[in-house]
Amino acid sequence: MTGPPRTGDTTPTGPRRGAPPDPDPPWALLAELTHGCPLSCAYCSNPVELNSRSAELTADEWADVLRQAADLGVVQTHLSGGEPLLRRDLHRIVAAADGAGIHTQLVTSGVSLHEDRVAGLVEAGLRSVQLSVQHPEPGRAALIAGARASRAKERAARLVREAGLPLGLNAVLHRANLDALEALVDLGLAWGADRIELANTQFYGWALRNRDALLPDPGQVARARHTLERLRAELAGRMELVWVAPDYVDATAKPCMGGWGAISLTVTPDGTALPCPAAAELLGADAPSVRDRPLDWIWRSSPAFTRYRGEDWMREPCRSCELRAVDFGGCRCQAFALTGDAARTDPACHRSPDHGLVRELVEAARGPATPDTYVYREPAPSDRTRAPQEARPPQQADPGKQR
Amino acid sequence: MSTSATSTLSPGWRPVVARSVVFRHDRVRGVDLLLLPERVVVLRGAAGGIVALCDGERDVAAIVAELARRHPDAPVDTEVPAFLGRLYDEGWLR
Repeated sequence: MTGPPRTGDTTPTGPRRGAPPDPDPPWALLAELTHGCPLSCAYCSNPVELNSRSAELTADEWADVLRQAADLGVVQTHLSGGEPLLRRDLHRIVAAADGAGIHTQLVTSGVSLHEDRVAGLVEAGLRSVQLSVQHPEPGRAALIAGARASRAKERAARLVREAGLPLGLNAVLHRANLDALEALVDLGLAWGADRIELANTQFYGWALRNRDALLPDPGQVARARHTLERLRAELAGRMELVWVAPDYVDATAKPCMGGWGAISLTVTPDGTALPCPAAAELLGADAPSVRDRPLDWIWRSSPAFTRYRGEDWMREPCRSCELRAVDFGGCRCQAFALTGDAARTDPACHRSPDHGLVRELVEAARGPATPDTYVYREPAPSDRTRAPQEARPPQQADPGKQR
Repeated sequence: MSTSATSTLSPGWRPVVARSVVFRHDRVRGVDLLLLPERVVVLRGAAGGIVALCDGERDVAAIVAELARRHPDAPVDTEVPAFLGRLYDEGWLR
C-alpha cells in the first residue's frame, strides 16, 4: 500500500498519500506530576534519568494542560509520578482537572498521606485512589521497594476508605511476589479495596536493569493464573481482579496503549508529552513539550504522535499479520529497547524475528527462586538513612522493625 | 439479572449517581458518559436522559412518570426500573 519499509525510527512520519487522517480524541491523560518518590522500587518503569524537581511544571501550567486536554476530549486523568503527594500544590491540580470535567484518580505509594491531606483532596474533587503494594509481608515489601512502607500504606488505605473514595490496589508482579498472589488479594480484601490490578512487570526504564532478578519462572506465572481464576470466581461482584499479562513469558505482544497515539497520552513532570509513558528514550529530542506547543497540535500533528499511529509504519511480519488489528504491532518502546529499532516487531511476539532475545531470557529464568538482588536507584539525600543501598537476601529482612 | 436487581430495590429509593462516578455530557464526542476510576461508560440512546433524572430527590416512580410524560409511547414503566437496577448493581447509582 505504501513505499518501501523504513529503515529506522528516525523518519518522522514518512511519505503518506494525502493528509493523515484526523485521529480520534484521546480519552485519558497520565499526568506524572513529579519523579520524586520515597520508594525506590526495583521494578520502577520510570526512566533511568529522572526529571529534577526544579524542572517540574507548576500547578498553573498543569491547570492549563488539563484544560487543553479536556478540550481535546480527555475525560480521565491519573495523577501519578513518582509520588504525586510530594507536590504540596496537588489539591490545586486536582481542582483544575475536576473543574475541567475530568475524572481524577490519584496513583500513590500512600507514604505521607494523612487525614487532612485526604480531606483537602476530596474537597478539591478527587474521585478515586490507587495505592501501590509490593508484597503482603512487610519485610519482603521493603526489600522490593527499597524502603519500609507497609504500615503507611495500610493507614493510607484506611483513610481513603473512611473518606468514602473507591480504593484500588496496584501490585506489580515478578519473581519475588507471584507466589504470594492470594495473600495480596487477601490484603486487598482486608483493606477494603474494590479492585486490584495485578500487573506483571513490564521491562522499561529502571526495571530493565533488574530484569534478571524480576523475571519469573514460567511455572510461577502458570500457578498465579490458576489462583487468579479461582479467586475471580470466588470474589465475583465483590472485587475486580485485573491481570496485566507477562508478555515475555506469554510470548505474546501486548496491545500497547491500545495503539500509538490512539487512546491516551502521558505528560511527564517537565511537560514532555508522550504517546506512552515509556517513550521518552525512543523519541529523544523529538518528544514535544506542552511548554512549547498546544496539546491539540501535539496529539493531532506532532511527528512524535503520528510516527507509529495506524499501520503504515509496519513491516513484516506485522504488515500482513492478522494479529496487527489486535496488538497493533506490540510495543514500540520494547522494540526500541531490545533491538535499537522502534519500527521492528515487538520481540515479545513469538512471530518476531527477534523473539530469540526474549525466549533466551525466559529460559534462563526457569528454576527455583534465588535470593533477590536488586539494583536500587540512588535515594534522595533525605532518604539516605532509611532506604537500603544494597539488596539483602529476604531472610535477613526483619518484619519486626516495620513501622 | 435485571429483574433480580429491581426486586431487591427499596421502594423509597431515590437514585443518585455514586460519589466516585462523574456523569457528564462529552461535548467533544456528543455523548453522555459515566466516568469511573478505570472505566468510561458511554450512555447510548435514551440512557443519558434517564441518568440525568437521578438527582437524589426523585424516586423511581417519579423518574418513570417524568419519562412517560416525555415519551408517551415508550415502555418506560418496565424498562426504566430494570435499567436503574442494573446501574445500581454496577455500583454507579446509589
